[in-house]
Amino acid sequence: MMKFAVVVFPGSNCDHDAYYAASHVLGQRVDLIWHKDTDLKGADAVILPGGFAHGDYLRTGAMARFSPIMREVQSFASRGGPVLGICNGFQILLEAGLLPGAMLRNRNLKFLCQHVYVRVEQTDTPFTSASHRGQVLRLPIAHGEGNYFAEPDVIARLEANRQVIFRYTNADGDVTSDGNPNGSAASIAGLCNEARNVVGLMPHPERACERALGSADGLVILESAVQSIRTGALVARA
Amino acid sequence: MRARVFVTLKPSVFDPQGRTIADALHSLGYGGVEDVRQGKYFELDLATSEAGQAKALAAEVADKLLANPVIESYRIEIDR
Repeated sequence: MMKFAVVVFPGSNCDHDAYYAASHVLGQRVDLIWHKDTDLKGADAVILPGGFAHGDYLRTGAMARFSPIMREVQSFASRGGPVLGICNGFQILLEAGLLPGAMLRNRNLKFLCQHVYVRVEQTDTPFTSASHRGQVLRLPIAHGEGNYFAEPDVIARLEANRQVIFRYTNADGDVTSDGNPNGSAASIAGLCNEARNVVGLMPHPERACERALGSADGLVILESAVQSIRTGALVARA
Repeated sequence: MRARVFVTLKPSVFDPQGRTIADALHSLGYGGVEDVRQGKYFELDLATSEAGQAKALAAEVADKLLANPVIESYRIEIDR
């Protein structure tokens, strides 16, 4: 059995969703780790959950990167440990410099709470290894600042390195303007770092892990982590 | 001593709020307002009375927290 660490910031509100998905649905061990803790307690994988860490008053994720636990998360990531940032967790990874780019207000300035389609672009990450390339996932989004931005040269580098992991599409898996809910550059819904162990995405896979929730498409993302750890693809430990 | 920090989106970054405000002004008849860029403004009350120190401190907190260098730049004014 593997062990997830779900970091809890003041203002996190999807921490228990992530806990539930990993423990009750997938049957793995999960520790909820308070942001002031300085120990990931031997976790095999770390999840930064959705919410509004520290209130997001200045910019989304801007304060969370200074939480004491983030030093450990940085260290874990630098050793190759798998880190998944979901929604606000993704925004925190961007502010912390663990992933490139930044988030702007949604193109239409509205907080978007709806299901979207994303296409798996790459499967050689610990969070997509159990999926197949081109697989279309129906996942919920709930954010006001999910309009991914990076300078064109950075986008070009992300594409060349195959670091775009999820792209917004229509139901058929085609990248279209209508399929891109928030105006993200290159329809980017999720990406990874150069070492491919840190992944961030705006949609919420943990809220789509059972059919009763309207979709179970998100389960493959956490299952990928379990499979990656089990097959020894990743050896880092917190 | 007071430092004023103006944080604005870089010219290359689309500003949906500024665009919406410009559209609103146009609908109010202000066609002469060609574009709007929205930013953030901070007033920092600093313990120091030395302008150089004040500017250095304001720049440090702007770099560390107030602005995200990926999308924003900032300008500092020190009140004399």
